[in-house]
Amino acid sequence: MKYTQGKFQIIKKSVIAKEIYCFEILCPEVAEVAVPGQFVHIRANGFTLRRPVSICEINKSKGTLKIVFEVRGEGTAEIAKLNVDSLIDMLAPLGHGFTLNPEFKKVVLIGGGIGTPPMLPLAQYYGNKAAVITGFRSADAVILQNEFKASGAETILCTDDGTMGIKGFVTSPLEDTLKNGGVDAVYACGPMPMLKAVSELADKYGAYCEISLEERMGCGIGACLVCACKTKKNDEEYFAHVCKEGPVFKAEEVVW
Amino acid sequence: MADLSVKICGVDFKNPIIPASGVFGYGREYEELFPLSKLGGIATKGTTITQRTGNLSPRIAETPSGMLNSVGLQNPGIDKFIDVELPNLLTKDTVILANIAGSTIDECVTIAEKLDSTDVHMIELNISCPNVKQGGAAFGTSCETAAEITSKVRKATSKPLIVKLSPNVTSITDIAKSVEAAGADAVSLINTLLGMRIDVNTGRPILKNNVGGLSGPAVFPVAVRMVWQVANAVDIPVIGMGGVASGKDAIELMMAGASAVQVGAAIFTDPFAPVKIIDEMNEFLDNKNISSVKEIIGSVKPW
Repeated sequence: MKYTQGKFQIIKKSVIAKEIYCFEILCPEVAEVAVPGQFVHIRANGFTLRRPVSICEINKSKGTLKIVFEVRGEGTAEIAKLNVDSLIDMLAPLGHGFTLNPEFKKVVLIGGGIGTPPMLPLAQYYGNKAAVITGFRSADAVILQNEFKASGAETILCTDDGTMGIKGFVTSPLEDTLKNGGVDAVYACGPMPMLKAVSELADKYGAYCEISLEERMGCGIGACLVCACKTKKNDEEYFAHVCKEGPVFKAEEVVW
Repeated sequence: MADLSVKICGVDFKNPIIPASGVFGYGREYEELFPLSKLGGIATKGTTITQRTGNLSPRIAETPSGMLNSVGLQNPGIDKFIDVELPNLLTKDTVILANIAGSTIDECVTIAEKLDSTDVHMIELNISCPNVKQGGAAFGTSCETAAEITSKVRKATSKPLIVKLSPNVTSITDIAKSVEAAGADAVSLINTLLGMRIDVNTGRPILKNNVGGLSGPAVFPVAVRMVWQVANAVDIPVIGMGGVASGKDAIELMMAGASAVQVGAAIFTDPFAPVKIIDEMNEFLDNKNISSVKEIIGSVKPW
């Protein structure tokens, strides 16, 4: 794993939904080595702890990354104050990303709410071999649909209240897709109850499944052991750490 | 370039800056960013006799100018430390302080015996972890138990023995004097202050352990005060820590009486913090025409 810490220029900033921001950042040395599923650890001016944000797009030729984050508290509100040409202090790229397999013929990407952004680099990798199922609370929280369409992936949109796309949760179109067969892998990021349901469905239909987890984090690189999540390997349970062994885990390894 | 070297209990440090136990693991992750040889020393993650899994998450919470943590001493156990981590650390050209965090006196004694036959440079005995139920804090809050554990671990090793003290006590100077009398070669302070945060939307504590240790700049003035009081109360060296985030903070703690300084939470804010602090200390001393950092230890002129 190779990561650096530095201050990088924000070259584009946009508000893509209510309280949800997108930064495009010029950081060639980070973009060069970043892989889908990794995250960046951002310093929030005046705060002790950095804030982890997953990578939403990696453009190696331009040397840029895109990140999408929601203002959830004072720290993310501080980061959201940064503007175009401001420098953003990042420790990046961090964590263990998704498994990319060129042999896979059909994959399903599941994104729930602010867990959707890390699915975009996967959609861009798998293109028309991917079906992207995303779910949001309501129409005003929907993000990244045009980007998913541009990747060539099939897209299915759900909202809890039915204000856009299909009314209901991502699990029902996921089960329909799995029933049709031929799915090599399911990748998911979003709230824990959604990830648990997705993992169970993937298991039921025998599809390989990887999920990206979130946890309150300290150092971001595996030294402080703060972001523990319970996992099992060879029937032995242990606390893995989201920042280093994750954020992406094989669904079968996670203890719910 | 000022002389930043210090000597503590006969051990030479190239500079007085040491990442504190717990924030730095065994150095592997930070070596990606800078050579560990730049550091005065490294205090390793607290070790128990067997592997400990630690507390449930969340284990961390932001607080005004600081943070709470309740990791709960997750570590692979002393044998893995000695077989895997210590040999690697000993090649890094920096002083290694092995932190012991057993939950019984016998456990600490056994760990100290095992470390005694290694080439580790110093032992830091943690009698102050606030995050485990039968944790070290139980030893660190009374003079009798602090003296008892110090004296038993003292007999188990000839390595320089630093005892790490808790600030969650009525009189830290009494505890410091007790462990000095029981054979400690040095004391380090302060461990974290016990704290708590509650999410008012859910009515639940943010930490799954409900309470945790407060660190970061918020605790710095407490650390300065306690280092000053302890340095005036004992004749053994004091290693200071608690919220140090800059070279000036480190100088301040040394003026209060610290012979070396550990850096914790600041590393989360800026992983290069220990290296920057060393550079800033150098610059401060040069600007003041002070040729050696040793001149500032305990140099505060109290009113």
